Formats: sequence, C-alpha cells, structure tokens
Amino acid sequence: MSTAALDQWIRSFAQLIAENKDLLTDLDSAIGDGDHGANMDRGMRAVVAALDDTSPPTASALFKKVGMTLVSTVGGASGPLFGTLFLKAGASFGDTSEVSLTQLAAGLRAGLEGIVLRGKAEAGDKTIYDALAPAVSALDTAVSDGVEKTEALKRALAAAESGRDATTPMLARKGRASYLGERSIGHQDPGATTVALLMAAATQALP
Amino acid sequence: MKKLINDPQDVVAEALLGMEAAHPDLRINHEHRIIYRADAPRSGKVGIISGGGSGHEPMHGGFVGLGMLDAACAGEMFTSPVPDQMLAASKLVDGGAGVLHVVKNYTGDVMNFEMAAEMAAEDGGAQVLSVVTNDDVAVQDSTWTAGRRGVGVTVLLEKIAGAAAEQGRTLEQVADIARRVNESGRSMGLALTSCTVPAAGKPTFEIGENEMELGVGIHGEPGRERVPLAPAREIAQMLLEPVLADLPFTRGDNVLAFVNGLGGTPLIELYVMYNEVSRILSAHGVQVARSLVGPYITSLDMAGTSVTLLKVDDEMLSLWDAPVKTPGLRWGA
Repeated sequence: MSTAALDQWIRSFAQLIAENKDLLTDLDSAIGDGDHGANMDRGMRAVVAALDDTSPPTASALFKKVGMTLVSTVGGASGPLFGTLFLKAGASFGDTSEVSLTQLAAGLRAGLEGIVLRGKAEAGDKTIYDALAPAVSALDTAVSDGVEKTEALKRALAAAESGRDATTPMLARKGRASYLGERSIGHQDPGATTVALLMAAATQALP
Repeated sequence: MKKLINDPQDVVAEALLGMEAAHPDLRINHEHRIIYRADAPRSGKVGIISGGGSGHEPMHGGFVGLGMLDAACAGEMFTSPVPDQMLAASKLVDGGAGVLHVVKNYTGDVMNFEMAAEMAAEDGGAQVLSVVTNDDVAVQDSTWTAGRRGVGVTVLLEKIAGAAAEQGRTLEQVADIARRVNESGRSMGLALTSCTVPAAGKPTFEIGENEMELGVGIHGEPGRERVPLAPAREIAQMLLEPVLADLPFTRGDNVLAFVNGLGGTPLIELYVMYNEVSRILSAHGVQVARSLVGPYITSLDMAGTSVTLLKVDDEMLSLWDAPVKTPGLRWGA
C-alpha cells in the first residue's frame, strides 16, 4: 500500500464520519453527552485540510500528522484515543514508502496497545476496544493464513462490525457512559461504531 | 431554546472576547483559548493551570488572577480542552518553579492533561505535577465506572493551592496541599431541570415537573436516583447525609460549607438551602469555619444545587483567607 493509498483511506474515513455524524451523535446522546459525531467530524475535517495543505512523504509521517491533528482538534476522550491509534501505528511503520499488510496489521496492533495504555479499557467495557481488538485479531489471523489484502480487510471489517454490535448489551465501565450503570445496556457504543467506519473506509480505499 | 447568544457555534469564542473586554487584569490567547494573568509568568512562583469543557463558568476562566489560577484552558462546550492548549498555557505561566495542573476526574480531561504533561516532559519544558479532583459521592461504584467525578472541591482547591503558590511555596508543597484539599472534601448535587447545550438546542435529559435528579453530574450525567420534588429542608438532608457519612465528617470537625448553584437557580434559593445546611451541620456538631454561597461551578442553565463540605485545618483556613482577585472570587486584595 502506497502512502497515496493510505491517504485515500483517511479521506474515505473522513467522508464516512461526515455521512454518519448524526448517527454517532444520536448514539452518544443515548449514553454519553451527544458530541461524538460533531467532535470526530471537526477532527477529520481538520485532518483533510492538513493533508490538502501538505502531503506527507511517508506512511509514517502521514499517520503521525493524522494522529497529531486528531489530538489537537477533537478533545474529550476520543481525541487522545483515536489520535494515539494513528500516532502509534505511524511510529511502527518506520521509514518506508510502501506498507505491507503485515506492517499494517502490526501498526494497528501497536495502536490498540497505545489505546489500552491511555484509556485503561478492557474487553467488555463497551468502548472503542471492543470493535478494534477483534478487527486487529482478524487481520493478524488473515496475515498468518496468507489471505490476500482485499479479503483480509473484509474480514477485519466483519470482525469490527460484530464487535460493534456486541457492545449493545454491554454495561459501560469507562467514560461518561459508565455513570448510567444498568441504563447503558441496550445502546450501541459510539466509539466502537467509529472503529467500524474506519475499517469500512479501509475496504473502500485499499482494494 | 431561548439564550443570549448569536450563533451556537460562536458561544465559547465570543464569551472569551467578552471576558477580555471586561477584565483588564486578564489576557486571552484566542488561538488556544487560554485565559491567563496579564502579569504571567511570575518569576520563581509555581504556575497553576486548570481547564475543562466550557459551560461551568465562572470555573475555570473566572478563577484566573492574583491568588488563584495563573491560566485556564477553555474547551468546547462540555468537552475537555486538547493537550496543545495545556502545553501552551504551561509555557505561558512557567516562571521557573514548575507548573501544577488541576484536573477534574473525567475520562477526557484526564487523558488530555496526561498527554499535555507528557508533551511538556518531551519538550524539556516546565516541570509539571498534576492533581486530579474526585469529590462527587453520588458515584457509588467507582471500581466499575470512570470513578468519582471532580466537582465543587475543585473551586476550593484552586483557591487554596493558588494562595500557597502566591506565598512562594515549591511545586511539591503546592501539589501536596492541593491533594490534601481533594482528600478532605466531598460533594453531591441535585438537578431540578436539565441544562440545554446551545449546539444541541434541546434539554440534555427529560425530567418531569414534579421530579428531581439526585446526584446529578455537572454535564447532566444521571445521578443516584430520580426522586419526587421535595422542600429545601428535605433536599438539604438528601445531599448532606451521604456527604457527611462518606469522609466521614464528625462532631467537632471544622468545615468550609459551600452551597453552589448549578446556573439556573437564583441566589435567594441558595440561601434558603444554606439555612437548611447550616441547621443540619449544627445538629451534627460540625462547626462551620467558613462558607461560600453562589454559582461557582455551573452546568449552563441547569436549575439545582450542589453541596460541598471541606474539612479544614488552620493552614487551609489561612490560605482560604489570603487575598484573591479574580472575576469569580475576590477579597482582601
């Protein structure tokens, strides 16, 4: 995958966030403070503007720019968490112009570990983790099974989507939703929904 | 929605312009949305910064000035500020003695302040210590939630730590008294109505004409339970009993009693509440050494109140009494 292809992934993600802004806000209104859609949209618009301004030469520089921009513009918990995902993934790519599927899987794994360190979330807490961890595992498995890229990304998306759906019956244990206790049950997690959009953008932009 | 605004998107930026016009002792960095003392940095003095989502005014921007905060970072409405803001604010107020970050315990605030402190360390910038406030006893299950929220104690901590910094104490000493204030204080709030976030245009939660949310958070987070509307004397009991039992506060303790308005409740009702609070404390043999009554940590236009008790010693009292000159609190200066 070239830097240009990864750049396209980010832009597709921004597009999906814009299209789903109201859905994300509605999900967050049910169990949070109703600003996840607006905050992610503001952040991804800033990312696209930054990429339009100067095009980073390497995948590593691209992801670092995306991560820094999200950290600087999103706020709340989503800014540091999604920012960390891209910053850690970018750092793991090293100085290379082409990113292999193996490197992408390792990068997302590094991002997931960064998110765990930052947010202290565990499986079943009803967070970003519950969609991202299955997606990263599916990608890892596909890589070690020698599955080709398009199919591997499809599997990662399917895993993210089932992870997202599995957040609905969970009791929130992190973030503002945790204060709802039992009342958080029956609502899909907005952060996990955003992770599924990120993987959907990958299947669109990295065929 | 009826509000004194122009465009919902411009509320934070325009309020900062208003603060700048109204308070010549303050400076505003509009790019980073930082309110800071015109005389910052003060050489050799520990800098104290705080910040959080907007909508809780006068906290935090209204507590910038002599004897309290050196700078405050304003986030979007009810959204924590970003690390760049805290990093820039730390640089603005670093007089060479280090910078204390005062952080309320909310997931977003804690993460953004942590990232700012890490960035400051990587930069080789100011030495940073952080104190997190978590005084809200309404959150009972703090193991399986994001933990107790930082509420009323934050105001008292910013005043007391601010006075300690003004006296020229070291960063460790200022952080130490700040932690002691957090450990010695407990709060609980109650909402009569929801708040309305300007960009949302409608109330954050539905609540009936004859209901109250007991244990509400300052962003409209749900509390312990929805209860029927009650007279002030019963409300005071509902709020004070869990607060008294938690520390616990006992007979002979000296306290600072703080009855706070959440934004939409008139001062006369807060004094009705204070009367009940004072009566209950007296019945428990708890001595009120100092009091604070008014809207200091608010939730936009939410009607309701919170009660904070801080168990004080002579050191805290003398720091509380020290001169302060900010838009929100001013005496002795």
